[in-house]
Amino acid sequence: MDTSLSLSKPNTKLKSVSSLRQQKLRAAMWFLAPMVTVLFCVAGWPLLRSIYFSFTDTSLTDLYGGQWVGFKNYLTWTTLSSGRTIFSGTLADPTWWNAVWNTIKFSVVSVSIETILGLMVALVLNQEFKGRGLVRAAILIPWAIPTIVSAKMWGWMLNDQFGIINHMLMALGLIDSNVAWTSNIDTAMFSVLVVDVWKTTPFMALLCLAGLQMIPRDIYEAAKIDGIHPVRVFFHVTLPLVRPALMVAVIFRMLDALRVFDLIYILTPNSKATKTMSVVSRENLIEFDKFAYGSAQSTLLFAIIAIFVCLYIWLGKLNLNGDTQR
Amino acid sequence: MIKRQLNSVAFYLLVISIVVVAVFPFYYSVITSFKTGTDLFSVDYFPKHFDLRNYRDVLNNDNFLRSILNSVFIASTTVVCALFLAVTASYALARVRFKGRGLLLMTILAVSMFPQIAVLAGLFEMVRFLGIYNSPWAMILSYTIFTLPFTVWVLTTFMRDLPVEIEEAAIVDGATPWVIITQVFLPLLWPALVTTGLLAFIGAWNEFLFALTFTASETMRTVPVAIAMLSGASDHEIPWGTIMAASVVVTVPLIILVLIFQRKIVAGLTAGGVKG
Amino acid sequence: MAQIQLANISKHFGKTEVIREVNLNIKAGELMVFVGPSGSGKSTLLRLICGLEEISSGELTFDGESMNNKVPSERGISMVFQSYALYPHMDVYKNMAFGLKLAKSSPEDIRERVMNAAKMLQIDHLLDRLPKQLSGGQRQRVAIGRAIVRNPRVFLFDEPLSNLDASLRVATRLEIAKIHHEMKSATMIYVTHDQVEAMTLADRICVLNNGEVEQVGTPEELYHSPNSLFVAKFIGSPAMNLLEGDFAKDYQCQTLGIRPEHLVIDPNEATWQGAVIHTENLGSDLYIYLDIGSDSPLLVRLSDQQKVSKGEIVGVRPKWDHLHRFDQHGKPISAPIGAEPSTVLETQSA
Repeated sequence: MDTSLSLSKPNTKLKSVSSLRQQKLRAAMWFLAPMVTVLFCVAGWPLLRSIYFSFTDTSLTDLYGGQWVGFKNYLTWTTLSSGRTIFSGTLADPTWWNAVWNTIKFSVVSVSIETILGLMVALVLNQEFKGRGLVRAAILIPWAIPTIVSAKMWGWMLNDQFGIINHMLMALGLIDSNVAWTSNIDTAMFSVLVVDVWKTTPFMALLCLAGLQMIPRDIYEAAKIDGIHPVRVFFHVTLPLVRPALMVAVIFRMLDALRVFDLIYILTPNSKATKTMSVVSRENLIEFDKFAYGSAQSTLLFAIIAIFVCLYIWLGKLNLNGDTQR
Repeated sequence: MIKRQLNSVAFYLLVISIVVVAVFPFYYSVITSFKTGTDLFSVDYFPKHFDLRNYRDVLNNDNFLRSILNSVFIASTTVVCALFLAVTASYALARVRFKGRGLLLMTILAVSMFPQIAVLAGLFEMVRFLGIYNSPWAMILSYTIFTLPFTVWVLTTFMRDLPVEIEEAAIVDGATPWVIITQVFLPLLWPALVTTGLLAFIGAWNEFLFALTFTASETMRTVPVAIAMLSGASDHEIPWGTIMAASVVVTVPLIILVLIFQRKIVAGLTAGGVKG
Repeated sequence: MAQIQLANISKHFGKTEVIREVNLNIKAGELMVFVGPSGSGKSTLLRLICGLEEISSGELTFDGESMNNKVPSERGISMVFQSYALYPHMDVYKNMAFGLKLAKSSPEDIRERVMNAAKMLQIDHLLDRLPKQLSGGQRQRVAIGRAIVRNPRVFLFDEPLSNLDASLRVATRLEIAKIHHEMKSATMIYVTHDQVEAMTLADRICVLNNGEVEQVGTPEELYHSPNSLFVAKFIGSPAMNLLEGDFAKDYQCQTLGIRPEHLVIDPNEATWQGAVIHTENLGSDLYIYLDIGSDSPLLVRLSDQQKVSKGEIVGVRPKWDHLHRFDQHGKPISAPIGAEPSTVLETQSA
């Protein structure tokens, strides 16, 4: 009796796995395998190699001749006979720290302005008015223009001698002599910010608009009937309700801003005031033949962004598993 | 009454200023592209000149035409490959429950937000190793790093919204997962495919960092690199007219596409929540 | 034609048990209706039979052949879904032919079977339309047609009428009854939450509650001798009056049930008396609500000839052979009234 019982148990367990589910799981594996493989080849492996390079003295011309050097590219110090300690490596490199501050300054300022302007534009687009579709189409234009092209366009508009911006500001009496917006140390960052805000506010506006459109209209009507001032309605009703959508958009933009490269490379080439982590890192990697050193810098940037990604995933946890359907 | 009218006047002024700010730089580069010689150095707010010489220069420049072809080839190949891999993968991610699905989705999302510079060194090694440096394949390989996660992510959200009962009806009809994807879901998803493909195409078309790093000769450049490198007869003279003409040439098709697919693009952007 | 046997079927999602130890025998060629409130597990049970959900334990057999490990398409079933689930991009013909095509039937065979089904359902003029060009009723016919062409042993219907409006629902109900008569070869299982639908269509009804079978029987059996308080409450429209406390004590039970149609006005021999607090005139019937001091008012169904107005004091008595008595476990007491209380105890322990 006992044996037959113990024999039948695993049997029923085997049976309980329906073949439909097995079929689906098997298919899912085959469907995912190519994508995961490709993704590993183009993202995972190169990332690991980059991190590896950052611990070697590999050079651009001799990719396989690098020796393991530990943290030398990040930070090392030697104590001189005089007792002075000399630090070297990326973490002791003032150019790197300048780039870090530039990146942070650029990201924080541009994303803040874009968020506020984006929300404003979204509020406008959320109204019913004639030609709304046209306006929405118009704000998509900056988004559609390649970054390089917009950098060139604005570079021309900001041109110190023949630029229309100088011309305009002169005509309005705001400046009394031409300003070299992109090459002047004091205004270079400002120029970059202007172009970035112009180019990416539409993206923010569209995401905000999608958030706004999810708010049921009757909430506004109820507020109107209660005679609540529109400004109060905005801060007490609209803002709390769009905040989740807004937060997601802000973090996306933030991640994007932290890795900015092309705009700065084209608009303000070689300006100390705007060089970001990506720009400095590529300079070392490719142009200055400090391949390993550049790898260390790109690895640091990766680490910073990884922290932000974790933040995003933590905030977006709710919709990530996305089990809206069974 | 008057207050209301004032309000609506103010509102329309706001609307107009939004439109002007959004459109003006492009408008100004169109005006500039029709100017040559010393006309370039006078500031005009309205079109005065209509000289097609810049366009003739750009379109007679074999290297520039070549770079357009390169860009078209690279962007379309990348997008087709990404879509092909993403369709089946997103079915698995959206429709099959398995252990680690959440983690996999998160990883994919994380990869789409990778700083490209972080893989540049490793990719450079790989491109050299494969012997595809300074060829379109280098870009096709490297662009997959952002087009693939993006398409997978967006298609997964679209795929999730398809009704479960249709899939179940197909299962009862005897359809395997492969048949469900190809004969039932794909025909329903094609608008989403167009949107996703277009967004990925724009991303690939606009990419600069990899294209700059993995090309060496003028004939291998993509459009953004070609525009960035356009130079005049001498080093100090920047050929603004030609640059603007080239910019207009590569931007107009994009703008037309974006305007045609406006609604879909907005849907795709908000579904993916990822930049294009 | 298949005889379906469910033996100790259980289903759990994670830790929650949705179906508990269900034993059920569905005869070949019979139309069995699963009825129950939402969350009772009736749809899950159907999906287990269909093969869309895996069975956690127990065995499902069709004609003695185990189905546990078969995918839906190997079971010889077809299913009509609540939302029709037509393929939006295929026209009616392709919708109906899809399953046959996947089963690699010959084109002539497919054509013939689709045409026959279409004629039977009077949708042969719609074959080249897309689902979005059809009305709700037409879509439902196509969904049924898609199920018919496969010539299944077992037909499954998952609340097929709930998306239709009231008049169409009645018409389609008739249609399904007609198909059941014409297709003697197929066993049908029909899920609904609507007991009227269940009563009108079923050969037999299976009442489900909380993942367990409450009672299986013909509509008449369920109506006349409900096996539990739950079934008594669920079957019949309007619902049975349930009296507790002193009202029930008089009849030596915990709960006394009497259907509104089994109460008659009898001023001379009134068992219960009370004021009319509300009346509903449906034309053919007149419903009156009597306040006799019970928790909820007593509902009485009268014919339209009787005139009763609000506020009037009315006395009623039940038809004695239609009283339903239940013990404290909600189980019926079969012993005649007046028997010793010990019988009540006996039923409890049974």
